[in-house]
Amino acid sequence: MEATTEQKYTFKDFASDQEVRWCPGCDDYVILRSMQKALPEMGVKKEDVVFISGIGCSSRFPYYMDTYGMHSIHGRAPGIASGVKLANPNLSVWVMTGDGDAMAIGGNHFIHVLRRNINLNIVLFNNEIYGLTKGQFSPTSLVGQKTKSSPYGNTQPPFTPGELALGAGARFFGRIGGNVPKDITQMLIDAHKFKGTSLIEVLQNCVIFNDGCFNNITDKNVKEDKQIFLEHGKPMIFGKDRDKGLVLNKLKLEVVTIGENGVTQEDLLVHDAKEKDPTLHQMLVRLEHPVATGIIRSFEDVTLEEREDALTKQVKANSKFKKTDDLFFSGETYVVK
Amino acid sequence: MLTDKMKLQPEVVEAVVIRFVGDSGDGMQLTGTQFTDTSAMFGNDIATFPNYPSEIRAPQGSLYGVSGFQVHIGSVEVSTPGDNLDLLVAMNPAGLKTNLYALKPGHTIIVDSDAFSKKNLEKAQYATNPLEDGSLENYRVIQVDMSSLTKESLKGVEGLDNKSITRSKNMFALGMVYWMYGRSKEHTIDFFNKKFKKQPHLIEANTKVLNAGYYFAETLELIPNAYTISPAKMNPGTYRVIMGNTATAWGFLAAAEKAGLELFLGSYPITPATDILHELVKHKHFGVKAFQAEDEIAGIASAIGASFAGDLAITTTSGPGLALKGEALGLAMIIELPLVVVNVQRGGPSTGLPTKTEQSDLLQAMYGRNGESPVIVIAASTPSNCFNFAFEASRLALEHMTPVILLTDGYIANGSAPWKIQSVDDLPEIKNRITKVAPEGVWHPYTRDVETLARNWGIPGTPGLEHRVGGLEKDSVTGNVNQAPENHQKMTEIRAEKIKRVQNNIPEIETEFADSGDLLVVGWGGTYGSLHSSVKQINKEGYKNIGLAHFNYINPLPKNTEAVFKKFKKIVVCELNAGQFVKILRINFDEFKFLQYNKIQGLPFGNNELIEEFKKIVD
Repeated sequence: MEATTEQKYTFKDFASDQEVRWCPGCDDYVILRSMQKALPEMGVKKEDVVFISGIGCSSRFPYYMDTYGMHSIHGRAPGIASGVKLANPNLSVWVMTGDGDAMAIGGNHFIHVLRRNINLNIVLFNNEIYGLTKGQFSPTSLVGQKTKSSPYGNTQPPFTPGELALGAGARFFGRIGGNVPKDITQMLIDAHKFKGTSLIEVLQNCVIFNDGCFNNITDKNVKEDKQIFLEHGKPMIFGKDRDKGLVLNKLKLEVVTIGENGVTQEDLLVHDAKEKDPTLHQMLVRLEHPVATGIIRSFEDVTLEEREDALTKQVKANSKFKKTDDLFFSGETYVVK
Repeated sequence: MLTDKMKLQPEVVEAVVIRFVGDSGDGMQLTGTQFTDTSAMFGNDIATFPNYPSEIRAPQGSLYGVSGFQVHIGSVEVSTPGDNLDLLVAMNPAGLKTNLYALKPGHTIIVDSDAFSKKNLEKAQYATNPLEDGSLENYRVIQVDMSSLTKESLKGVEGLDNKSITRSKNMFALGMVYWMYGRSKEHTIDFFNKKFKKQPHLIEANTKVLNAGYYFAETLELIPNAYTISPAKMNPGTYRVIMGNTATAWGFLAAAEKAGLELFLGSYPITPATDILHELVKHKHFGVKAFQAEDEIAGIASAIGASFAGDLAITTTSGPGLALKGEALGLAMIIELPLVVVNVQRGGPSTGLPTKTEQSDLLQAMYGRNGESPVIVIAASTPSNCFNFAFEASRLALEHMTPVILLTDGYIANGSAPWKIQSVDDLPEIKNRITKVAPEGVWHPYTRDVETLARNWGIPGTPGLEHRVGGLEKDSVTGNVNQAPENHQKMTEIRAEKIKRVQNNIPEIETEFADSGDLLVVGWGGTYGSLHSSVKQINKEGYKNIGLAHFNYINPLPKNTEAVFKKFKKIVVCELNAGQFVKILRINFDEFKFLQYNKIQGLPFGNNELIEEFKKIVD
């Protein structure tokens, strides 16, 4: 784990001198500010923080953080971040990515970084559109969605990021709206604390090319009825009047109303984010009404670095090679006089 | 089957070339390697050429499934695996058919006559049995019922199935060849003891067969001990036999130790580069972090990340993999991080000839990226100097803060040679550009060394050096994004000039055999052995004014290149491609007329073809 510090930072310590260049009103500002507020709470030293990004609007993120950072190439941030973390496990490493960067051009790296469970964090800005290339459909765009590259409507069915991630073995998956800075900040802190690869999907509104795409989920007036915010150990309850909840009916999740048909709060499912078996977590990420937010899965497992470290220690302890010369002069050598 | 003609008297010769051929499952690589190691320990100079199909187990007996291992051993300097064979050991008809062309007339063939069945002859497309139809009249053919004799010698060994028995007949052949050349069996018996530690019956079986072959040759006096090869005159020192890919891996181990950095390898398996990965994963005791990534791109991406975090980072690949890494290499170039990319070249384009050698990735290494993106390109030229050039690639990357492409090829990567072991203490220093402590005032990542133009290296974890790098064009000092027209031109020029100034940190090119004269033979990379021995040979034949300039540094070229070229009347550039280095030379030195000699067959140059070509040019 990263070294902690006594030094108390404020969010200003993490803001770089670069002018932020996202479109006015973009949710990316919310994520940036939430990150700058979360970092002082993590107790991590500023010089130990590294942001790695790929290409896209979200990937400009590292330029705005006064930490170490790399704005790399399209889709490859997970590979670069893996190298950073394996080279120096003391660092707090963050991958900032979007739906195209992570799931289209970088899809292979995205699934493999989740499979390996390196202790790094991924923040996926999902706006269901390509922003920086000006409005083409993405791997999360809906069927029928009209975009610059689908003028008659998109014909390619989308990924659900959480479903893909859990399928790839993700140990930590959280989903959150792009308009709730405090919740984002808390989730970033939780992701940091989690040992292993953590993935946060932010439902991030693109004001220019896909404005309002999450309004029916994240809008203040509807979110309590349209979202179920999950918390580990608490019943799966939602609704403006806190009277709706989830039960398991055969192999499906079902919405029930407390007080109707004899349903009480005790009948509701209790969220267990730490369960190893991801079956219920998969059902939750697929749920459309309501949409599950919060930390859906948080199963702690051995990390790749831990496995590597244990092996290295074992090999070092048993090896007769301390310096390369020991190797070069070992085995079958012969002397020419 | 032996006649008096075959009973030769022992004869002292300087060098012999032996080729073992058989099915790809016959263990020819192992047989050849054992003979090589034994001869090296005897004190011979050696050079090897394994040649095998890309199929793991091609259909038995087929012509395309033949696997071969050629070794050249000498009491004199040996720099190639040799053109023509003194001895061909053929374990089946297909091996005989595909390799007979290389045997010198009057020289020896050992065959397993048991393998010359009707079925195998058909598979090898022989209408009649060559052992019987007189077609081998010009050679000395030694027919041995090797399969039967192997079976016979293993009577009474418990726990062997038929497959294990058949598969050990290669050791019978090896035993025979050991006796012919007066070699000791001890090295190979030691090898059995180690390899089959937990299967004592296999130690017993293999030793028995090896002895059976040896004594078959000796006690029955069927084969005279025809050749004696004395130890070669080599520089004093401690030696070992090393394969090119192993030498490459060890060069990186040495560089990391010398530079005081940890070694990180990000790689994806690809023939013929994978053995470097295989070697480096073993060395966790030195703290080597070897990461097998999900693809070629993640291989280089992880290395870039490790370099950003302060490791000596490398990635290894072959041609198609380098194509995949191109974009990421451009990133490493623009963010100016040290990185070594090894390309063990193979026959291309596309999947091409995965197990065969070629030098056709030179232009890809030079120019295979978008935008103006110069990197250092260097090439190793022998199996053992892969060590030095892996070390050198690391040194240049770290001292100049740039990616370096190290080109080797399948021929030197899989070939073995004696290596005079170099202690890390005797290797040159490697400086790095790490800023350990933040200085008073401002620190900028793109502040440069005035001599080399190499930038500062600020490692995450160092307080006060927090900074951002990226693929967008950056300001010449701060590294912040700056796409202003003048800045882009300035940065493009700085990056080019930085690579050019590497000339001040590399040796000049030296010519061999002649400093001036009628013809300068020019080569680069893995063709050194062939070019060296051909030019040496032609000088011996009385052509005194033919020199050799063999390049290891390609971008930038050594400073004195032009001066060297001026001293010769004619220049011929020899390459295993359609003419790539010659293009680079023409761009740089348009005052010379460069002749070309090119071969694109997936095979190394032969001495004879080169000598013939040189004579044609000079005469």
